[in-house]
Amino acid sequence: MEAIKDLEGVTINNLYEKYPDFFIDVPAEQKLLTEHDIIIWHHPFYWYSAPAIIKEWMDLVLEHNFAYGTNGRALQGKWAMSCISTGGRKEVYSAEGKNRYTINQFLTPYIQSANLCRMKYLPPYVVHGSHLLNSEQIKKHADDYRTVIELLRDNKIDAQRLNTIEYMNEIIEHDA
Amino acid sequence: MHNQEFFLNALIYLGAAVVSVPIAKKLGLGSVLGYLLAGIIIGPFVLGLVGNEAGEVMHFAEFGVVLMLFIIGLELEPKLLWKMRRNIFGLGGLQVLLTAGIITGVALLFNFQLNRAVAIGLILALSSTAIVLQTLSEKGLMRNIAGRSAFSVLLFQDMAVIPILALLPLIATLGTPATLSETSMQSIGEVAQLPGWLQLLIIIGAITVMVIIGRFAARHIFRLVAETGLHEVFVALALLMVIGIALGMDAIGLSPALGTFIAGVVLADSEYRHELETTIDPFKGLLLGLFFISVGAGINFNLLIENPWLIIGFVLLLIFIKFVVLLILGRIFRLKKGFEFLFAFLLAQASEFAFVLISFSKQNKLFDEQTSGMLLLVVTLSMAISPLLLIFNDKAVSPILARWQNKLEYDEIEDEETPVILAGFGRFGLTVGRILLANGFKVTILDNNPSNVETLRKYGFKLYFGDITRPTMLEKAGIEKARLLILSMAEHENALKVAEIVRKKYPHVKILARAKDIFHVFEYLNMNINNAERENFHSAAELGNTALVELGFTKYEAYRATRTFKHHEDQVTEELYRHWLEDQGKFIQETRRFEEQVKETLQAEKNYSIHDTDCAWDVDSLKDEAKKEE
Repeated sequence: MEAIKDLEGVTINNLYEKYPDFFIDVPAEQKLLTEHDIIIWHHPFYWYSAPAIIKEWMDLVLEHNFAYGTNGRALQGKWAMSCISTGGRKEVYSAEGKNRYTINQFLTPYIQSANLCRMKYLPPYVVHGSHLLNSEQIKKHADDYRTVIELLRDNKIDAQRLNTIEYMNEIIEHDA
Repeated sequence: MHNQEFFLNALIYLGAAVVSVPIAKKLGLGSVLGYLLAGIIIGPFVLGLVGNEAGEVMHFAEFGVVLMLFIIGLELEPKLLWKMRRNIFGLGGLQVLLTAGIITGVALLFNFQLNRAVAIGLILALSSTAIVLQTLSEKGLMRNIAGRSAFSVLLFQDMAVIPILALLPLIATLGTPATLSETSMQSIGEVAQLPGWLQLLIIIGAITVMVIIGRFAARHIFRLVAETGLHEVFVALALLMVIGIALGMDAIGLSPALGTFIAGVVLADSEYRHELETTIDPFKGLLLGLFFISVGAGINFNLLIENPWLIIGFVLLLIFIKFVVLLILGRIFRLKKGFEFLFAFLLAQASEFAFVLISFSKQNKLFDEQTSGMLLLVVTLSMAISPLLLIFNDKAVSPILARWQNKLEYDEIEDEETPVILAGFGRFGLTVGRILLANGFKVTILDNNPSNVETLRKYGFKLYFGDITRPTMLEKAGIEKARLLILSMAEHENALKVAEIVRKKYPHVKILARAKDIFHVFEYLNMNINNAERENFHSAAELGNTALVELGFTKYEAYRATRTFKHHEDQVTEELYRHWLEDQGKFIQETRRFEEQVKETLQAEKNYSIHDTDCAWDVDSLKDEAKKEE
C-alpha cells in the first residue's frame, strides 16, 4: 500500500481506518465508486475469502439499482480486480495441493459479483507465501504492484494477454 | 407629571446600564463594577441626572437581592444545605463574631463609646450578598469551594441580621440614657416587640407553614396556573409568591432574603423549578443592576472630598480587618492553595444591610448625622472597591501563589516526559485517563480540585494539583514535548482559553476537548479543533440504544439505528456550524441556550433524512424486480 499511495489518480480507500466500527457510509462509498474506473479489492486471503469488512462493504454499497438490477448501471464497464496475499505457496493452491482449489477458483464469488455489476474482472495480483518473505522480496512485490497499477491506470495492458494469464503478476514477470 | 418623571428615570437608569455594563465587561471588570460606575456617572457628583431619589430606588432595588436568594435556594437541594451546616454556623458564626469584635476594638481606639463601637462592629462585620453572589454566578464560582464557603458565610450573616436588628435598640439605650422612640420600634414590625420566645415560635411556625405549602400545595397551584397556558399569569404568580413571602417574613421580623431563600430550597425539587428560575431571573438581574447603580449614585463625594485621607484610610482599614479575619478562618476551615485568598477577597466588603442598619441606628439616636454619613460612605466605597479586589486577586495574588506552589511541585513534574497532558481528572477525565493508562501510555494528569487530587492519589493515580490556565503550568507540564493535550475539565470557558493559548504558542500539540454543548463544539471548530466531544452525547445515545432494545429491536438493529443517528447528527452538526458562523456572536442567554440548541438542531435535521443512509438490506426495488421476473 505504501508503494502506491503517492500515485496520481489512485485513491487508497482504507476501510478499517474509515470504518473502525464497520459502519459504512454508503452514499460516500458509492460516490467514490462512480469517480473511479478501476476498483481493486486489496486484502489478505482469510479463510479463502476477503476479511469481513470487505464483505460488509459489498453487502451495503453494491445496492440494487445502483450496482446491479435493471437500473443498476453505475459500475457498468468499469474494471474490477483482487489483490490478495496468502500464506500458502502457489503449489498448495491446486487440485493436487493441500488447498485443493486454485486461487481463481476460490475467487469465483468476486468474479461473478463483478459480472453481475457489468464490470470486467481482471486476473488477481497474488502474493504467495507471505509469512516467509524477507524485506527484499516484499520490496520487489511492492514495486511490481506499483508497476501493475501504473500500467492499468495508463491503459497500457494488452487486452489479448489478459486472457492468457492466470495472475496479474505475470505481466511484469514476462516483461522482466 | 409623576408618570413622566418615572419614565425619565427609567430611561436614565436603563441607558446607563446598557452603555456601561458592556464596556466594563469588555474591559474584564465584571458587571458589578460596570453598574457602580454607571451609578457614579449619572449620580449627583458627575452628571447629576439623578438626585435624592437614588436612596429610594436603592430600597426598591434591594428586592433584587431577595429574588437572587430565591433563585439560589432553587438551585440548592436541602441535602446539600445540610452538608454545609458546619461551614454556615462554624465559619459564618466565627467570621461575624471575630470581625465584629476587632472592628469594635478599633472603633474604641477612635474614641467611640462602647455601645456605638459595638454597633459599628456588628454592622460592618456583614458582607454584601448582592455583590458576592452576583460575582459568584458571573464567574461560575458557585461550585468552587471558595465560592461555597463564601455563600455559607453570607447565609449566616443573613440570619444574623435579625438578632442584630433586635440588639441595636437595646444597645442604644445602654450608652445614652435617651429612651427609645416608639416610632423606631414600630419600624421593625410588631413581632419584634413580643418576647423573644414567642418571636422564635412565630418564626418557626411561619417557616413550617411555608415548607408544608411548598411541599404539598405549591405544585397544584403551579399546575393550575400553568394549564391556563398564559405565561404572564405564571410570571405574576411567581412574583406574587416571592413578594408575598418577602412581606410575610418582614412582618414577623425575619429577613425577606432569608425567607425567600428557604422558599427556594423548599421548591428545589419541584417540577416547576426551572420554569420559576427562568421567570424570576430577568427581574433579579434588572433589580440587582438597579441596586448597584443606586449604590454608585449614592456615593457622597462631597464628604469624601472633605476628608479624603481619613475616609480612604477607614475603607482600607475595614477591608484589611475583614480580609485578615477571613483569610485566617479560611485556613482553619481547610481552604488551601489560593482558595483562602479568593474567599477572603470575595467577602472583604461591607453589606447592603449596613445601609438599613445604619439608618435604623440613626433613628435610634445611636449615631449622629456625621457618623452615619461617614459610615455610609465607607460602606459604599468598600462595596465599590470589592470588584477591584477580585481583579487584584486574579491578576496579582493568584499568579504569585501559583508560582510559589509550582516551585514545590516543579521537580515532580519535570522528570517526566509524557506524550499526553490530561487537564481535569474528574468524572469525565477519569475515564479518558484510565483508557490511556490501561493501554500503557504515560500521562501527565492535572486537576485543580485539591480534594479530588487527594482522593485519587489514595487510589494510586499519579496526578498533580495545578491550574492549567496558567501559562507557567502548561510549560511545567511539558507542553513543549507533548503530542496531545486533552482538556477534560468541567470549566469550559477556561478550557477554551487554554486551547487558544496552546493553538498560538504550541501549534504542534494536538488538542482534544470536552465540550459542554454543541455551541462549545463550534467554538473549538472555530479554532480548527475538530476533536471536541460533547460531554453527554455518546452516553445519551447509548441509553437511547438500550431503549430501542427494550422496545423490541434486536441488538444489532438497535446498534445500527443508533449508529445511523450519530452519523446523521454529524451532518446536522456541520450544518449548524455553518449557520452558527453566519450569525456568530449572537447573544444567547445561558438559560435559553438549550432551547436554542434544540430548535436549531431540529431545523437543520429537516435537511437530512435519517433513513437515507441505511437502505442496503431488504429494498423494495429488489422485491419488485423479482416479482416481475416470475
